[in-house]
Amino acid sequence: MSTAALHAEHEAHHEHKESFISKYVFSMDHKMISKQFLITGIVMGMIGMIMSLLFRLQLAWPDDQFSIIETLLGKWGVDGKLDPNFYMGLVTIHGTIMVFYVLTAGLSGTFSNLLIPLQVGARDMASPFMNMLSYWFFFMSSVVLLISVGVETGPASGGWTVYPPLSALDKAMPGSGLGMTLWLVAIVLFIVSSLLGGINYISTVLNQRTKGMSMNRLPLTIWAFFFTAVLGLLSFPVLLGAGLFLIFDRSFGTSFYLSDIYLEGVGALENIGGSPVLYQHLFWFLGHPEVYIILMPALGITSEVISCNARKPIFGYTAMIISLLGISFLSFIVWGHHMFITGMNPFLGSVFMILTLIIAVPSAVKAFNYLTTLWKGNLRFTPAMLFSIGLVSFFISGGLTGIYLGNAALDIQMHDSYFVVAHFHLVMGSAAIFGMFAGIYHWFPRMYGRMMNNTLGYFHFWITFICAYLVFFPMHFMGLAGVPRRYYQFTLVEQFDVWIDVNKLITVSAIVAGAAQLLFLYNFFVSVFRGKKAAQNPWGANTLEWSSPIDVRLHGNWPGDLPTVYRGPYEYSRPDREEDFFPQYVPDESAPEVLEPEKAKSAPAEKEVEEESSVFFAAIKRVFGLG
Amino acid sequence: MANHTPAAFENQPMWAGGRSPFNVSYGKLMMWIFLLSDAFTFSSLLVQYGAQRFSNVESAVTTVWPDPASIFNHFPFMHGLHLPLLFVSVMTFILILSSVTMVLAVEAGHRNSKKEVQTYMIYTIIGGVAFLSCQAWEWYTFIHEGARLYGNTFGITEQGYEHLHSVSFGDHFEWALGDRTDGPVPFAALFFIVTGFHGFHVFSGVVINVVVYIMTVRGVFERRGHYEMIEKAGLYWHFVDLVWVFVFTFFYLI
Repeated sequence: MSTAALHAEHEAHHEHKESFISKYVFSMDHKMISKQFLITGIVMGMIGMIMSLLFRLQLAWPDDQFSIIETLLGKWGVDGKLDPNFYMGLVTIHGTIMVFYVLTAGLSGTFSNLLIPLQVGARDMASPFMNMLSYWFFFMSSVVLLISVGVETGPASGGWTVYPPLSALDKAMPGSGLGMTLWLVAIVLFIVSSLLGGINYISTVLNQRTKGMSMNRLPLTIWAFFFTAVLGLLSFPVLLGAGLFLIFDRSFGTSFYLSDIYLEGVGALENIGGSPVLYQHLFWFLGHPEVYIILMPALGITSEVISCNARKPIFGYTAMIISLLGISFLSFIVWGHHMFITGMNPFLGSVFMILTLIIAVPSAVKAFNYLTTLWKGNLRFTPAMLFSIGLVSFFISGGLTGIYLGNAALDIQMHDSYFVVAHFHLVMGSAAIFGMFAGIYHWFPRMYGRMMNNTLGYFHFWITFICAYLVFFPMHFMGLAGVPRRYYQFTLVEQFDVWIDVNKLITVSAIVAGAAQLLFLYNFFVSVFRGKKAAQNPWGANTLEWSSPIDVRLHGNWPGDLPTVYRGPYEYSRPDREEDFFPQYVPDESAPEVLEPEKAKSAPAEKEVEEESSVFFAAIKRVFGLG
Repeated sequence: MANHTPAAFENQPMWAGGRSPFNVSYGKLMMWIFLLSDAFTFSSLLVQYGAQRFSNVESAVTTVWPDPASIFNHFPFMHGLHLPLLFVSVMTFILILSSVTMVLAVEAGHRNSKKEVQTYMIYTIIGGVAFLSCQAWEWYTFIHEGARLYGNTFGITEQGYEHLHSVSFGDHFEWALGDRTDGPVPFAALFFIVTGFHGFHVFSGVVINVVVYIMTVRGVFERRGHYEMIEKAGLYWHFVDLVWVFVFTFFYLI
């Protein structure tokens, strides 16, 4: 009996003894951990969305009173009016939740965990234990962040980028006190979680692929998760470094980011010699890769869903991988485009500008490859497919404005305006959340063994899609007219007062979009328990996850041996086949692929090596008189 | 589960799946990946050091960066002598020696020689503890001399430079009044944070080494049939050693 079968038997035997705690709470099964990430991500997403609706109400009807604000926020919404300080807090926490908790952990955590072992043909992650720790660090981090919203002085409120000095001086604004400290604690926990997860994802993809799953047969989802994990692994430590110095500035009297500051009510501070711009450099060294950490898993999911539902091989498989690689590499050397107006040397600005504009090339490769995959395909408009096409739409319309913003000269006008808000909400916010929805609708059968309701899915898609454009498209015009971000009340400034009707349109659309998410929630949770039982391979997909039984919960993924892989993941509509798909795990009877192992290359005779090394070590020992 | 021993798949082509492309277990691969990530953490700290230091070259507010050789010139039991960088050299030597004994432990592990592994792990642990103790003394002396997170009294006036250059290695030396002035503020803070962060890594390394040592003594690896855990601990230990070379260079030499 092979070791794999032994493992499987061991697992099957093991299953009976699992308690509720080890099955649902401290589970080490990657499929359960992915569900934990998903549910936590959905909960955080709802909280983040409700926050955005609250501050949208303020922007559209600044003079009206809403009893719901007082009910929800208590002392921060006396008489139904949102407190300005808490408005800043809401903006900050909305950004933090959406960027880190929903679109990094919720998206990457869910689908990397679910798909990496299943699609590479592994029984679980390389280290299931670390995987479990990764989730629980994320969970603790979420709890700490939510607690920070409830503290007496309010949450961190200097924007999700927490620039000093607002974040470094605890008296700078109410939220800079305990709220900011808790924010930092939450982010440190989050970095630990991301590190544990990322190490696991990378080593699973490299080390645990099943027989025949060479790197050029990996689904594009796996490639995307792989590069995402590498980005996270290399950029989050830099945020940790920046955070460490920030903590010292806050609590131990150093002045790394502080210089010559006069604070009302306190007087001139003793700090000298620091530089807040240094923090910005370090932050955006994480911050820019972070937007690709958010976007790339969504792009990977889209590749898979579009190819499967167009019943066509993905156009340019290798080009897709190279463009992911290109985006990953470039993302590390363009952070300066967030800082054009910090007094950066114009020459350095042009370097960052050119590098930024080069990112348009791999991004365009991806966009065109999606379109050419769709071209003349047998399109099946499942909800997942619609969300993927929606992603491509947002990726293009949001990406085009990126070319404006990456331009150092134009950025002087547009920096910190609603144009930026429009740009990143389309290209990374909406696009990534649509990728997440596509993934949920597509892999729901694999996660829960049941189907989601299609009709509700269509309603969910169309309402969300139209409302997202209604919310974010008008913001471009506001931004071009100079309306700045993060202002509490535009009616107080005459030149921005003219936008009040647009603000109302945006808020109404946002509320409708929020209501559409209730449809999704209803669909999701009802389908978990009552959905139609799914077939083993409901979408006729090629990848390995559909060969693992979906109706029984099996820690170890496959009963018996691991599947063998015979071909690439995108062999749809092959002319020589009757069916329009040809799964990776089905051997080809007509032309059996030779899977005979190559003769092991003659390794250097072990004895020789040992002798060599023992001579070396004997020498060392003689030198130090040891042994 | 998931513990593919590389040996079972060795006759597959390297990247074709079903085996590790590098012939390593997942644990060792993870250690390498973690070290890559940790290298970025230290890089970010050293980049901040570089940025702060080179923005303080000759600004109006502050004098030039303090001269490490004039500050770290103490040695235990040799009070008052001018012994620039002697103590930190000893520290560095101890740490590098502990890396050598770690290599010997790994090598003994390859030969499944439990007794030798134990011996060399003990040497390595002693080296780590000795380094940490030296660092504690170094910090103590530095703080005693007036180093604070929020200030820096280690700027040297022209008179101070003349005074310093008039003494040679091993001479008696005391700062005179007016030799020293306020220097660039972040100097001591950077020193404490970066060497502290490194010291924290050394401390974790010692803890790991002690755990691994106890596992060796209790015969865990003997039953397992291989001493790979020693190798993993060794990777970490060498990395910490390598980082010290950079920290040492940046804070003491240049």
